[in-house]
Amino acid sequence: MPRKIKQKKNICISLENVSISYGKFEAVRNIYCDLPKSKVTALIGPSGCGKSTVLRSLNRMNDLIPGCSLKGRVLFEGIDLYNPQIDPVEVRRRIGMVFQQPNPFPKSIFENIAYGARVNGYTGNLNELVEHSLKKAAVWDECKDKLNDSGYSLSGGQQQRLCIARTIAIEPDVILMDEPCSALDPISTLKIEETIHELKKSYTIIIVTHNMQQALRVSDMTAFYNAEELEGVSGGKVGYLAEFNDTEKIFNSPDHKTTQDYISGKFG
Amino acid sequence: MTSENTTKYSLRRRPKSEKLIDESFRKLTIAMAAMVAVVLVSILLVVFFESTEAIGRYGLSFLVTSEWNPVTDEYGAFTAIYGTMLTSLASLLIAIPLGVGTAIFITENIIPEKIRNLVGLMVELLAAIPSVVLGLWAIMVMEPFLRPFLKQLHENLGWIPIFSSEPIGPGVAPAILILVVMILPIITSISRDSINQVPDKLREAAYGIGATRWSTIFNIILPAAISGIAGGILLALGRAMGETMAVTMIIGNSNNFSWSILSPGYTISALLANQFGEADGSQVSSLMFAALILMILTLVVNIFAQWIVKKLSLKY
Repeated sequence: MPRKIKQKKNICISLENVSISYGKFEAVRNIYCDLPKSKVTALIGPSGCGKSTVLRSLNRMNDLIPGCSLKGRVLFEGIDLYNPQIDPVEVRRRIGMVFQQPNPFPKSIFENIAYGARVNGYTGNLNELVEHSLKKAAVWDECKDKLNDSGYSLSGGQQQRLCIARTIAIEPDVILMDEPCSALDPISTLKIEETIHELKKSYTIIIVTHNMQQALRVSDMTAFYNAEELEGVSGGKVGYLAEFNDTEKIFNSPDHKTTQDYISGKFG
Repeated sequence: MTSENTTKYSLRRRPKSEKLIDESFRKLTIAMAAMVAVVLVSILLVVFFESTEAIGRYGLSFLVTSEWNPVTDEYGAFTAIYGTMLTSLASLLIAIPLGVGTAIFITENIIPEKIRNLVGLMVELLAAIPSVVLGLWAIMVMEPFLRPFLKQLHENLGWIPIFSSEPIGPGVAPAILILVVMILPIITSISRDSINQVPDKLREAAYGIGATRWSTIFNIILPAAISGIAGGILLALGRAMGETMAVTMIIGNSNNFSWSILSPGYTISALLANQFGEADGSQVSSLMFAALILMILTLVVNIFAQWIVKKLSLKY
């Protein structure tokens, strides 16, 4: 086990001078950020500022992209997730992820949830777990009579909540959500947000969103990412963390003018 | 404005000639499509009518006797049918894990993309080798190379019926192996295409809840791609059953029935290729009967393939 590094209290994940590159192209640079435990943190910012990249680096999903590399340290419970001794599969078992597009497995609703539990070595009662997870994700009522139907028989919003239930079923410490509502209608979006409110009692949630109202509605903390043209770097902007504070502060009296401009819709 | 538009765009009103072209193109495609059906049906009919004499004389006993004697006019295709089934199924058994494994290897990012592409290209080039060349290679290189191993098999496992005879040269076992070489590219390239069609979001979904690569491949990706893979396997089976040249060159062409894969044998297609040249009278009819059986077998396999692809295809 790699050496533990001291982290501040009540901090779940710390990014220490993190820069992420795809091949030679640098996507985000020099990020310092302490993501608090048991709170909802929203990552907002214009397209291409690297907020999804940062999110995906938190559970090493970026490992799946050829050529993606990370400099700096990502600390989770005092352990650097990018230490060579760390197994990315184990990281993902502690830090689950919900994606932009609902992506249930082409299996039954029951199997969708049972599969994740099984690969994580769950030994308890699967029926209970499935019911519990679906209830927590607020999709039990729609699913209880058709647990053996394909996950794709559900509507888009229900599918996304099924995916959330699937992530809950592996009992992670952290749930990452990458624009979970961008493919959904407003009513499904509201339901997902209610689910998030429910979930933050037991999990740390980090959510990327394009929808500022959503950030305002669901999050306790907000990180605003921006991208800037760099001198000497051709054809690309580099993302950076512009401002990180309580959501209220960010939306009411941000420290930076760019933040103000972004949340009031002047660019983005 | 309107008048300006009509002068600028000359095709607002379609001329008669253009409509005629559309119509005749439609008819042409119908004619072409019908041609395929006509050819298939007429071949079936010709083979059937040519074989009526043999069908009337032997009936179903043709399928279970292995006499093939032009002098006494006694014919039975059991050896060839057994050889066809044995060679094609056994080669499939070897080629499925190899082919699907190769497909996984070149689609998942286990190794750098350049090497993957190279392997993929090589598999595809394998399909470009003419079967007569493969047959030649099988006789000159592969069979002599394999013989010591096959001898070992016979000496150590001779009590098993399929290894019960001494390998003396061309035989069923080398034919099976050359068939593996021929159907491997089919299985690999079709499996690769269907694995590639599995959306990346499923892969991410599995990794995102902490699945290992192994579990992702076997529990998520392969089940999602299974319809394509099964279709490819059945196409390969059809190919293996009908393959003629290479098999004829290496299988030994003996109509003496033996369970052993080390002895020379026959397949229906090899039988036809060997005997049509000097056949006459009821021998032709018997060969046609054998051809009919082969056609029915491959047709059934192909229909079954389509059915299974439909049955297994998952919605995602």
